[in-house]
Amino acid sequence: MKKGSIDSIESFGLVDGPGIRTVVFLSGCKLRCKYCHNPEMWKMGEANYTAEELVKKILRNKPYFRRNQGGVTFSGGEPLLQSEFLIEVCKLLKKEGIHIALDTAGVGNGDYEELLSYIDLVLLDIKHVTKEQYKDLTGFEMDPSLKFIESLNKSGTSVWIRQVIVPGMMDQDSYLEQLAQVLQSIKNIERVEFLPYHTMGKEKYKKLGISYPLEDLEEMDTEKCKELYQRFMRKYYGKESN
Amino acid sequence: MKEEWKNFKEGSWCSEINVSNFIKENYQGYEGDESFLEKTTGKTEKVWSKCSDLLKEELKKHVLDIDTDHMSGINAYEAGYIDKDNEVIVGLQTDAPLKRIVNPYGGIRMVYQELDAYGYKLNPTVDKYFNEFRKTHNQGVFDAYTKDIRVARHVGLLTGLPDAYGRGRIIGDYRRIALYGIDYLMEQKKKDWDQLTGPMNEELIHLREDVSMQYRALEEIKKMAEKYGYDISKPAKNAKEAVQWLYFGYLAAIKENNGAAMSLGRVDAFLDIYFERDLKEGILDEKGVQELIDQFVIKLRIARHLRTPDYDELFSGDPTWVTCSIGGITEKEEKSMVTKTSFRILHTLTNLDPAPEPNMTVLWSEKLPETFKKYCAKMSIETDAIQYENDDVMRPLYGDDYAIACCVSAMRVGKDMQFFGARCNLAKALLYSMNGGVDEVKNQLVVPGFDKMKDEILDYKKVKDAYFKMLEKVAVIYSNAMNIIHYMHDKYAYEAGQMALHDTDVNRLMAYGVAGLSVVADSLSAIKYAKVKPIRNEDGIAVDFEIEGDFPKYGNDDDRVDEIAKEVLDKFYKELSSHECYRGAHPTLSVLTITSNVVYGSKTGATPDGRKAGVAFAPGANPMHGRDASGAIASLNSVAKLKYAECCRDGISNTFSIVPSSLGHSKEEQIENLVTLLDGYFVQGAHHLNVNVLNREMLIDAMNNPDKYPLLTIRVSGYAVRFNRLTRKQQEEVISRTFHEKL
Repeated sequence: MKKGSIDSIESFGLVDGPGIRTVVFLSGCKLRCKYCHNPEMWKMGEANYTAEELVKKILRNKPYFRRNQGGVTFSGGEPLLQSEFLIEVCKLLKKEGIHIALDTAGVGNGDYEELLSYIDLVLLDIKHVTKEQYKDLTGFEMDPSLKFIESLNKSGTSVWIRQVIVPGMMDQDSYLEQLAQVLQSIKNIERVEFLPYHTMGKEKYKKLGISYPLEDLEEMDTEKCKELYQRFMRKYYGKESN
Repeated sequence: MKEEWKNFKEGSWCSEINVSNFIKENYQGYEGDESFLEKTTGKTEKVWSKCSDLLKEELKKHVLDIDTDHMSGINAYEAGYIDKDNEVIVGLQTDAPLKRIVNPYGGIRMVYQELDAYGYKLNPTVDKYFNEFRKTHNQGVFDAYTKDIRVARHVGLLTGLPDAYGRGRIIGDYRRIALYGIDYLMEQKKKDWDQLTGPMNEELIHLREDVSMQYRALEEIKKMAEKYGYDISKPAKNAKEAVQWLYFGYLAAIKENNGAAMSLGRVDAFLDIYFERDLKEGILDEKGVQELIDQFVIKLRIARHLRTPDYDELFSGDPTWVTCSIGGITEKEEKSMVTKTSFRILHTLTNLDPAPEPNMTVLWSEKLPETFKKYCAKMSIETDAIQYENDDVMRPLYGDDYAIACCVSAMRVGKDMQFFGARCNLAKALLYSMNGGVDEVKNQLVVPGFDKMKDEILDYKKVKDAYFKMLEKVAVIYSNAMNIIHYMHDKYAYEAGQMALHDTDVNRLMAYGVAGLSVVADSLSAIKYAKVKPIRNEDGIAVDFEIEGDFPKYGNDDDRVDEIAKEVLDKFYKELSSHECYRGAHPTLSVLTITSNVVYGSKTGATPDGRKAGVAFAPGANPMHGRDASGAIASLNSVAKLKYAECCRDGISNTFSIVPSSLGHSKEEQIENLVTLLDGYFVQGAHHLNVNVLNREMLIDAMNNPDKYPLLTIRVSGYAVRFNRLTRKQQEEVISRTFHEKL
């Protein structure tokens, strides 16, 4: 029986997909995003849950899923790195009729078709719109993520776009314009979310003894982020904000 | 049909006292939203503005005034008004608003302490009566208390026992006065009294005396109302009279008694029937209806009792627990009992301001209308003044005409009463089981017959066995204390006015309670799953603990520890149930601390879960602060495992604080998510939830700048308080609680 490596489980997630969600954080990620607030999940940890064990835990929260398409969100880390394990988990969850979301940057092992067939919603994290800046921000090539988008488009799965807004990086009109273009290539987008960059991950770096890459950068002002979002939706993306 | 009952649908209520039947035959459920609600009227504005000024003055002086010339009694005071011309509902406890009553029946010593604290002196005549001729409840209790009870009380193993003040938690069926009028109620009591015949044993004599006192109390209520120019001998003819008659019943209760919790009961569907009738007949419009509700609520908000500063420190902010139960569904057809008046009562939090009293208690069911659920959630987010209790677990036990007394105690209105029993400190008992029955703080033998453990590392089985034996002994002391207290309370401070509004063959509940459950569960879990090494003083008493390794903690939906919590409750309840209760009462148990979790903690030494000596317990059935690390739902799931019907029929209190932004981005999302959360929690059979939607930062700011937040209301364990009236220590404890938030 294949085991998965789970860093932690948050039972009351309200910001990672619709309704109330159990958010499962899977360990392991190839990216080293400068603003990452879960650096403790970079390394693949010990395999600590069987699919059955994880499903049992998730099902404890089923009473809270009934309204508004609540359910489970696999996040991390990069959940795609444990796609085999996730497929087993998703099969069991589907038997129970659980809504499944996948929070991903699209950087996994390359084979996504089967997994995506179980996923109801993908929360797709757009790191950056240019290849150079993508690499600068994440320390990794952009191409693998494009491959995921290809599979995603084929699968027909609903998508919520998530864009972290880092001051000085994404809060300019030129960026918004490019972002709108990039989004043209992604099908089935239901919603676009801008997440203001915050520094709440800082403490974790200290604990792990890693230096924090954006040490002197201020948090993104949430009001400004909202304005930016409105502008993006009106001017560039051509839809009213939801 | 009586003339006053015109246009009501007939039922068995016409030929017997049966308010529940009247409601079900006549109420109209409301499925719509809150858009019909009206603002305050000019009259209400005027009355409330006068009250607000007085309340400010009271806050400065702590006690506005005390009537030292009279003793508590239903008809002991002249009529009093706030602003006579603008009051549509009248009646005050004494002859002036916020002027407090002296009630010596519970204990004269307490009265001296109270008066001393505020610089008042008792009228010498009263003083003489109670010292020379009249014994009090408190004296009676201490005449009978055994040595072991005194010790258990002194060290804080049993605390908050109602042995020097009114026991409260009794809800008169105040609606009966409105529906039937006093004369009919008196006739019925007379009939009951005539039928109480047979061999005159103690039980029967006692009951005959009670019913006579009840009969006279009804007469007193009538006379009291006459002072305000109302004849309440007949049923109320219209809505205004119905509210007024009902209020006179409640007013009589708070003139006669100073019980810890003096709750109102369940009046929404009842009053709504009268409002609907008047609206149809054009006697009232919606503005007029809201005016009656607003002014009724103003009266409930200014109910006061004279307490010592110590008492206020324990409970904070002068609470009276005018608990008002709202909503619920019917037993047979499972139809919503939400009416427009359910909305109107909650709407006073908007019309007046958010306030702790009356203690708004929504009887939640999955089957409540969506519109009402959302309105409640919205009001919770805006005011933090609502608590929720699960109608779906209470209804099978208590039917559909029960109400909540105090925080979480359900009772069938007019049919059940309870003997309030405060609580036992379970964490202290755990320490006793390792320390040879000796109190770890006072170094005094409390429970004999136990050895001091000498093990270097605590052994789970050994500790658990000793603990369960300890609980057996503690249950004996506790049960004896309760029987003595309530025997004496009946004898020296009988609540005749409230009991007159109960059936004569009332069902009695003996309401035991526990504190420190999460500390005990985590302590036993630490001993079982980690290595716990006691640090002992020279007397061999464990005064601190070293823990090596991790262990499952209550509040993370982990059966390994949650089962321990359940087992401890089961055991203690089983032990308590094995003892006979005074007057054939049925034992019940609550997991509730109100704000006393701070005081309990300060009196308890370090515990094996790593909690240091003096640190506050978690309130009620809450997981310990910060240990519920798997998110709100895992925390709720742990508490939801505790069994209401099987074990804790007097309530399981859980207080939940969440940061607004974590509840959703927009207000609509927040409302939706809160409703989902409540449905999800209660559908599992959980009992109670206090909901606070606020930021820790705001509370810290409020602690440092109280003037900026005069109205900030928060829910603690089972009731709401103005944050500014908590002591610094209690404020710090509230701030240290887990605020569920997610990055």
